[in-house]
Amino acid sequence: MRFLCIYKPGTTESNTPPTPEEQAKMGKLIGDMAKAGVLLSAEGCLPSVFGSRVRLEPDGNFRVTDGPFPETHELIAGFCLLQVKTKAEAIEWTKRFVALVKDGESEVRQLHDAPAG
Amino acid sequence: MVSETHRAIQGVWSIESARVIASLARIVRDVGLAEELAQDALLAALEQWPEQGIPDNPAAWLTAAAKHRAINLLRRGKMLERKHAELGYDLDSQNEPERLLARLQAELDDDVGDDLLRLIFTSCHPVLSTEARVALTLRLLGGLSTDEIARAFLVPESTIAQRIVRAKRTLAEKHVPYEVPRGEELEARLASVLEVIYLIFNEGYSATAGQDCMRPALSEEALRLGRVLAGICPQEPEVHGLVALMELNASRAAARVNAAGEPILLLEQDRGRWDQLLISRGLAALAHAEALDQPPGPYLLQGAITACHARARTPDTTDWARIAALYEQLGALLKSPVVELNRAVAVSMSEGPAAGLALVDALLPEPTLRHYHLLPAARAELLEKLGRFAEARTEFERAALMTQNARQRERLQQRARSCGRG
Amino acid sequence: MKFLLTYQGDRSVPATPEKMAAIGRYGQEMAAKGVLLMTGGLVRPDHGTKLRYAGGEFTVTDGPFPETKELIDGFALVRCDSLQEAIALGKEFMSIAGDGDAEVLQVFDASEGGPPGASQR
Repeated sequence: MRFLCIYKPGTTESNTPPTPEEQAKMGKLIGDMAKAGVLLSAEGCLPSVFGSRVRLEPDGNFRVTDGPFPETHELIAGFCLLQVKTKAEAIEWTKRFVALVKDGESEVRQLHDAPAG
Repeated sequence: MVSETHRAIQGVWSIESARVIASLARIVRDVGLAEELAQDALLAALEQWPEQGIPDNPAAWLTAAAKHRAINLLRRGKMLERKHAELGYDLDSQNEPERLLARLQAELDDDVGDDLLRLIFTSCHPVLSTEARVALTLRLLGGLSTDEIARAFLVPESTIAQRIVRAKRTLAEKHVPYEVPRGEELEARLASVLEVIYLIFNEGYSATAGQDCMRPALSEEALRLGRVLAGICPQEPEVHGLVALMELNASRAAARVNAAGEPILLLEQDRGRWDQLLISRGLAALAHAEALDQPPGPYLLQGAITACHARARTPDTTDWARIAALYEQLGALLKSPVVELNRAVAVSMSEGPAAGLALVDALLPEPTLRHYHLLPAARAELLEKLGRFAEARTEFERAALMTQNARQRERLQQRARSCGRG
Repeated sequence: MKFLLTYQGDRSVPATPEKMAAIGRYGQEMAAKGVLLMTGGLVRPDHGTKLRYAGGEFTVTDGPFPETKELIDGFALVRCDSLQEAIALGKEFMSIAGDGDAEVLQVFDASEGGPPGASQR
């Protein structure tokens, strides 16, 4: 089973990067996931000032809005893609991550298996 | 309904059980005993964590709980005997109570990688039958239950239970030293480990009736074990080669069967269904293996062959010349007629059917290929391409008779008929 | 540069097999060009789980969630030369996948040195 674990920080977005200690701990956890053979990918997002939103309206028009976006609690700061035997495992790994960053919300979403035929 | 804490404990166990068993096995030097102590620790966790909460370092808690139990038993003058009394053996001299007690009480730093390595090598010890190695590995390293393993292999649960019990007993009776092999022995033992992992991987893909979801999970577990091993043994090119082979094979999982569950040949698969992430992981593993700059082994070569397919956007952009060269290298190592047949097919794709046919014809006397339907099938394809339709039809019919698979037989008979009209 | 594209389709539009096949073909084209690094469709809200950590405590909440507008249906990680290119990819994708909202966020790219793409604005 694959899970996308999305991290959304709880506080206002800022351009201050994590402290060296925090980075080291996150790095170790990512490393632990890799050593456990469950990590498919891990990525960190830049602040939304470097991003955009695109909406396709029913009338067929696109509407593009550049960042930054104010509702920071919904913004994705990073994610990892895990391949695990159970959802409980995905949740446990995510808990360990959230315990490090000490703030915010993580979403654990199962990926569809690509259907055959 | 499973409570949140129980679900959480399940998650923790999935992640930590192998490591806990491995730590304990280092101390007690018996995998069966280690597993039982670990199970005791899990029971303690199920009792205590709902109230106390899940500890910050669950692996350390579980290992400590298991050690304490062992220490308490020893102090009460009890030998650490296995629960299955019918095994009827005693722990060997390494495990005299005093020495064992000392090891249990020693506050040694865990070297998780080293511990896991010992566990993997022991589970895959060549003194055990292949079936036993597979079951023991899935149990101790995969954390799969007896029931899950049984379902995956379509055998009764009792069969697997017995297999595991016998395996543990064999390891004890043969006094298999609990250690990581060194020097020359390491190569052979590593090959044994890779063989087990690859076997589990392929088991997940074998087409059988009435499959349930445990089978793809087998392949995923094998791939995971391969990745774990690659992390512990980064200097071993064959480990990375096997991981590459598995990642790339897995990348095609969604494309390899149609809606009716029938297998689709690689060259006919919808490449839009190939998983790009697994392809890039596989290619990265292959690059890692090649960067170690050692003479290529069989897994690396097979990984490289499948990488040629992965890199081709469409079948006609496949680098067949490279594939043929890789099969030649593989053939030199494995001396297998099947490999040579695959090489012949690759040569026919890069140099034309006549060149391929010459190589296929050279395989006709091979006794091991006498009942191998892919030999006449390959010959038939090449004859057809050369316009020798009558001969092609004969070969397609021969191949159809040899195959056990009804759908394949039908396909081959259809090909035979279309030659007849040519 | 690398970008994370997340997509949420308008609920009323069903995912037909034809649409899924078209999305697959588009993905394959993008993969062949080296643009698509990974992608996935996400199981609908009933099966999601949220974890919140506050005041030293975890809260785990299983779906379904009332605020379904927050949950994405799919994601892709892409490699391209600018935010504008990534936006264009998002538009192409939505032309196939249907009405909805896409978000494009730049992702740390280890293969690039220097500061993130501020110059792209």
